[in-house]
Amino acid sequence: MRRLAPMLLAALAIMAAACEKKTQPAPSGEGGTQSPGQSSNTGATPPPAADTILLGQVGALSGGQATFGISQRNGIELAIKEANAAGGVNGKKLAIRVYDNQSKPEEAAQAVTRLITQDKVVLILGDVASSNSLAMADKAQAAGVPMITPSSTNVTVTQKGDYIFRVCFIDPFQGYVMAKFARDDLKLKQVAVLTDNKSAYSIDLANVFKQKFTEMGGKLVAEQSYSQGDTDYRAQLTAIKKAQPDGIYVPGYYSEVGVIARQAREVGLKVPLMGGDGWDSATLFELGGSAVEGNYFSNHYSPDNPDPRTQKFIADYKAEYKSVPDALAALGYDAARVAIEALKRSKDLTGPSVRDAIAQTKDFPGVAGTITLDDKRNAVKSAVILKVADGKTQYVTTINP
Amino acid sequence: MQTPALPVPESRPLVPPSLRGVAPVVVALPVLALFQWLLGGADFASYLLSVMGVNIILAVSLNVVNGMTGQFSIGHAGFMAVGAYISGVLSLQLKEVALSFLPVAASDQVLFMLSLLVGGAAAAACGFLVGLPSLRLRGDYLAIVTLGFGEIIRVVVQNTDSFGRALGLSGIPQASSPAMVYFWVFLVVLAARRLAGSSHGRSLWAIREDEVAAEAMGVDTTGYKVRAFVFSSFFAGIAGGLFAHFVPIINPGSFTFVRSMEIVVMVVLGGLGSTTGAIVAAIFLTLLPEGMRSLFSALGTEGSLAQRVDQIRMPIYGVLLVVLMLARPQGLFGSKELWDVLPRWLPRKRRGLA
Repeated sequence: MRRLAPMLLAALAIMAAACEKKTQPAPSGEGGTQSPGQSSNTGATPPPAADTILLGQVGALSGGQATFGISQRNGIELAIKEANAAGGVNGKKLAIRVYDNQSKPEEAAQAVTRLITQDKVVLILGDVASSNSLAMADKAQAAGVPMITPSSTNVTVTQKGDYIFRVCFIDPFQGYVMAKFARDDLKLKQVAVLTDNKSAYSIDLANVFKQKFTEMGGKLVAEQSYSQGDTDYRAQLTAIKKAQPDGIYVPGYYSEVGVIARQAREVGLKVPLMGGDGWDSATLFELGGSAVEGNYFSNHYSPDNPDPRTQKFIADYKAEYKSVPDALAALGYDAARVAIEALKRSKDLTGPSVRDAIAQTKDFPGVAGTITLDDKRNAVKSAVILKVADGKTQYVTTINP
Repeated sequence: MQTPALPVPESRPLVPPSLRGVAPVVVALPVLALFQWLLGGADFASYLLSVMGVNIILAVSLNVVNGMTGQFSIGHAGFMAVGAYISGVLSLQLKEVALSFLPVAASDQVLFMLSLLVGGAAAAACGFLVGLPSLRLRGDYLAIVTLGFGEIIRVVVQNTDSFGRALGLSGIPQASSPAMVYFWVFLVVLAARRLAGSSHGRSLWAIREDEVAAEAMGVDTTGYKVRAFVFSSFFAGIAGGLFAHFVPIINPGSFTFVRSMEIVVMVVLGGLGSTTGAIVAAIFLTLLPEGMRSLFSALGTEGSLAQRVDQIRMPIYGVLLVVLMLARPQGLFGSKELWDVLPRWLPRKRRGLA
C-alpha cells in the first residue's frame, strides 16, 4: 500500500511511453504525413504514386503449415516475375511484399493490417488455411482492400464480404465433380455412399454427390456413415455389399479411407471407391496398400495433366525452384495471375475498381483449371480426377463445371 | 537471492489514506480516454498495442506464480484459452442483445465487460481445480500438470462443435479497444504491485525463498499458492477474453504450448518476481518481431535478401533471446523493480527504496 505513488507512476509511465511510441505512426497511417523523427516504421512505407504496384501476401512461412505457405509464395513469385518480364501492368512494375503469419490467425490479422495501413498494398493474396484466411478476410473487407485466397476451400471465407475472392473450388463442388465422373465416365448405374458424420467437409461432399448423381439418372442404393477415428467398418461395408452397388463414394480423410479400402476388399467388395481431396496424402498408400489401387478421387491439380499451360508452368517452376510444384504452388500462381489480369483491366488502383475487375474474371486459363468467378466470388473451375495405381496417383481426366 | 526491500514507513504520504483506494482509478480513466482518442483511426497501432497489452497482462499475472511464489507453471495459454473461448461464445450468444436503458455502444461495452468477467471467472475456476491438487507438489510436478492442462484444453476445444473445432471461432463482436485492454493492464499491474507489498505477498516471497522455512513460520503454503494461482489464472482468462474480442478469429493453434512458453520467456527475461520487468519484457518481445520486420523491409526491396531474411525472423528472435539470457541470466531487472535500477542521477521520489 505504501508504494502507491511509484506504482501509479510506473503505470502512467508505461502508458505514456506506449502512447508516445505508437501513436506517431497513426498520422502516417492515416494521411501520409511523415514526421522526420520516425525511422523504422514509416521507412517501410513505399511512396504510393511510384511506378510500381505493390501487392501484399500473408502466408504461413513458418509454423505448422510452412510447406504450404512456401509453395504458395513460390507460385505467386513466379507469376509476378513473369508478368514483370512481360512488361508489367500498364507500364508499371509489380512488387510483392510477403509477411509471415507463423501459421497463426492473430499473426495473420496483424500482418494484413500492416500491409493495409502501413504498406498500403493494392491487393492481398493468401492464405492456405481457412482459419488464417478468415482472420485476414475480416480486416481486408473492413478496409476495402480486395483479397484473393489461392486455396482456402471452406465455404465461409468468401462470405466475409464482397472484397474476398478465391481461385479454388469450394468443398461441395467436389461432390458434383465426382457424381459427373461416376455417371459419365465410369458409367455407374447405382452407387452407395459412406459418409464421415463428424466432418462438415464429408457431409457437404456426400450431400451434393447424392443429389447430383440421382439428377443425372443414377440410383442411390445404400447410405451408411461412420465417425472419424473408427477402425472397424465391416458392418457398414457388409450392408453396402448387399445392395450391390457399382461404386462407393467415400468422401473422407485419408486416415480412415485407407482402412475402409482394405476392409472393403476383405468383405468382397470389388467395385471402385471414389473420394475427394481429403484422400491426397502419401499415408493413404501406407494404410490401404494394394486395396486403394484402382480407386478415384477428385483434386485441384495434377502435375501429370497434359495441358500445355500446366506443363509449361511445371517446367518454369522446376527451373526456378528445382522441385515439382504441388497443388498449392499452382493455385498460388493462378491467384497471382488472376490478380495481375484484373489489375490490367481495372481503370485505376482503388479498392472498388480492382474488386470489380476481379469479379469480372471469366474463363481465365489457369494452370490448375479454367477459372470463372461466380456471384459469390468463388471460382467455378475444373477439377481433375486422379486414379490410384501402382502406389501413386495418375491423371485421368479434367471435369469442367 | 535478495528478498525485496520491505516498505519503510513513510512520514508524509503523497495521497491521503482515505483516497488510496480510488486515486489510481481516478487518474487512470482520463489517461485511457486520452490514449484512445490519440489512437483513433490508426488500425495497425491499435492492433499491435492491443496484442502488447494482452501480453503484458499475461506476463504480469504469470509473474505472480512463477516469479513471486517461485512455482513453475507452463500452462498459461490454457487459462487464456478458457477465458478466450468462454467469453467469445458468450459474446456470440449476446450479439443481438442490447440493454434497453443504455445507448447501443455503451450496452455493447457493458456486455463485453460481463463476458470478460465470466471468461476470467471460468479461467480462475479452472486454476483452482488444477491448482488445488497439484500445488501440494513442488516444482517440476506443477510444471507437468499445468502443461497437461494446457494441452487438454486445446484438445477439448479442437473437438467441440460449439467452439468451432479446428477451424476456430469467428464472428465474435470486435468490441475491444486499446483503452479497454490497457484498463485491464492497469488493473493487473495495480493488483500485482499491491499484492507484492501486502502481507499476503510477503508470504508468497517467503514460499519462494524457502518453502520449508515458510511453513515452519506458520505460512499456509498450499493455501497461498492456490490463491496466487487463481489470481494468475483469472487475469490470464481476462487476457484471453480481450484477445478474442480484437482478433477476428480464435482457433486452438493460438493457445499451444509454444504460446505458454512465450509468456514464460517474458517473465524470465524481465526478471523473476519483477512486475515492471515483466512489463518491459512483454513490450520488448511484442515489438521485436515487428521491429525486425520494419528493419528488414527498410533494408531491401521486394524479393531481395533482406526480405527473405524477414520471412524467417523467428530464428533471429531466438538468437537474440539466447544472447540476452547469456548477458543477464537473472533477467533484465532481477527481482527488483524498474525504479530500483534507474541510474543514480535520476531524481528519486521516494526514500527507503533501495
